[in-house]
Amino acid sequence: MAAITLKGLGKSYGSGYAVEGVDLTIADGEFVVLVGPSGCGKSTLLRMIAGLETVTKGDILIGERRVNDVEPAERDIAMVFQNYALYPHMSVRQNLSYGLKNRGMSKAEIDTRITKAAETLELGAYLDRKPRALSGGQRQRVAMGRAIVREPQAFLFDEPLSNLDAKLRVTMRSEIRQLQRRLGTTSVYVTHDQVEAMTLADRLVVLNAGRIEQIGSPLEVYTHPASAFVASFIGAPAMNLLPVRLMSGALAMGDQRIDLPPGLLPPGLPEGAGLLLGIRPEAAVLADTGLGFDIAVSHVEELGAARIVYGQVGGQSLVVQVQAGQDIAPQMRVSFPAAALRLFRADTGKALT
Amino acid sequence: MTRSTFNHRLLPWVLLAPQLAVTAVFFLWPAGQAFWQSFLRQDPFGLKTTFVGLGNYAALLADPYYRSALWVTAEFSVATAALSLGTGLILALALERTLRMQRWYTTLLVWPYAVAPAISGVLWWFLFNPSIGILPWLLKGLGYHWDHGLKSGDAMVLVVIAASWKQVSYNFLFFVAGLSAIPASLYEAAAIDSAGPVRRFFTITLPLLAPTGFFLVVVNLVYTMFDTFAVIDATTKGGPGQSTTILVYKVYQDGFVGLNLGSSAAQSVILMGIVVLLTVIQFRVVERKVEY
Repeated sequence: MAAITLKGLGKSYGSGYAVEGVDLTIADGEFVVLVGPSGCGKSTLLRMIAGLETVTKGDILIGERRVNDVEPAERDIAMVFQNYALYPHMSVRQNLSYGLKNRGMSKAEIDTRITKAAETLELGAYLDRKPRALSGGQRQRVAMGRAIVREPQAFLFDEPLSNLDAKLRVTMRSEIRQLQRRLGTTSVYVTHDQVEAMTLADRLVVLNAGRIEQIGSPLEVYTHPASAFVASFIGAPAMNLLPVRLMSGALAMGDQRIDLPPGLLPPGLPEGAGLLLGIRPEAAVLADTGLGFDIAVSHVEELGAARIVYGQVGGQSLVVQVQAGQDIAPQMRVSFPAAALRLFRADTGKALT
Repeated sequence: MTRSTFNHRLLPWVLLAPQLAVTAVFFLWPAGQAFWQSFLRQDPFGLKTTFVGLGNYAALLADPYYRSALWVTAEFSVATAALSLGTGLILALALERTLRMQRWYTTLLVWPYAVAPAISGVLWWFLFNPSIGILPWLLKGLGYHWDHGLKSGDAMVLVVIAASWKQVSYNFLFFVAGLSAIPASLYEAAAIDSAGPVRRFFTITLPLLAPTGFFLVVVNLVYTMFDTFAVIDATTKGGPGQSTTILVYKVYQDGFVGLNLGSSAAQSVILMGIVVLLTVIQFRVVERKVEY
């Protein structure tokens, strides 16, 4: 096992940077998830760690060793690919042993490791099958098995669950998490699915346009998003971001006026400054606690466990999540606890609270 | 996809008719005639025809020239298929590593396929012409005296090269398609699994190209047996001696030059039998072995 350190990492494909200025230290045994929308550079970053992409600038260290110019095979990492990349002409057993054979491991040792991995992943019955005779979930396990038999310094996962159906994804998600806990292998996991990211990560790294927006535990990122981008990306339904203006110590949005409790506004903001008011839909309460809006309900989504209410306030749309069975009126008052409100600068998107 | 059905019972036959008519007139009828003719023998003046049963076949199998033609065909087919498949594969692999102007290379490499076999034959005949060709002149510099008019080995090399040239384009295209169907992530996974480029080629690329390869072997063998008449006729005319007289050329020589129509027809039937047999064997092998 080893720590992975990225220092000022950047990747350019000729015009502009796909990844830039990434500084990140992944502790030994830690499960880090890189999350972001497609095109944010998360896969590129992972492939750079794997050695499948060259490094334009900065350094990658695995353990104490700088690996910028080290071949993928020599980095002692294992990767699980989005399409699994199983060798279609080889049986499951051959798929698992291929990398070990290439490293010149003894036959006895290979057999021991395959038996152990097959037991862990419940693949024993399928060892002599070809990948095409396996279901999606079984293929996924074989791909995992190929990584664990290697007993590498680190696992790299490139959206490994995105080809599975929703139910299987949830099962495999928790299996991956348990397996990683048990093996204690440093893991880097790439996904665009924020639920996957939240549930798997020791630490989340939110990426946007090739740069790190925020690093933190899932709860930190959820409760204290560092920017409006993170706020809208993490959490479902997404956080409401209402454009407001600072007017004599209160927030004005259209004809609505929100009096903030003292201490919430950072000092030194100029009068009339443009801000974004962030409110998590699930923080809403349908009672008048003083801090809130009158909304015009446009429609309601029934989830069974909850209801999602889409409304309009001051020309802006607002989404709130309320308990199941809660009565919804066409015009209603929604309130928020002051602690749930977040403020961002409208121009840079940076968090103020 | 919606499945449309014909309500009218005759309409499908009407639509199929042109294709069926072409097949019947240009394939089934002549093939049937050749089959029937292979049991007949004509007198030298073409006035009388007698039914001789399997006499033409028996005569052929006893004929040392025919047996030599069988051997020459085997040599020629294997050499041509090997050369054109090997070259096609190497060019396709090289294209994968080419970053710029891939489409230009592809276009240029596919061009020879559009050249008529007779013209490609003449082209190679010029290049290898002992008195005016550039290649014999270069070979002379290396101390080799080239003369495909006298040396049967040289003649065989010439027809193999001339016949392969055009087929390389075809094989190249199929190999390019086959290679591009192998996902890049397999190579990446293999690279992480400590397989170097050579091992990746033999353990990933080759096995996954095998279906394409087997298909091309069938197509190439059929090509060398049936389609190379023009190449032989334009270069060596089967000579020197009988050294480049392959089966299909012998069919022409005996039938159209020698006017021994019965024997020629029997040879056509045998040739067709060989190709059918090869194809069946190969598809059986393809079905059984190349599965994943």
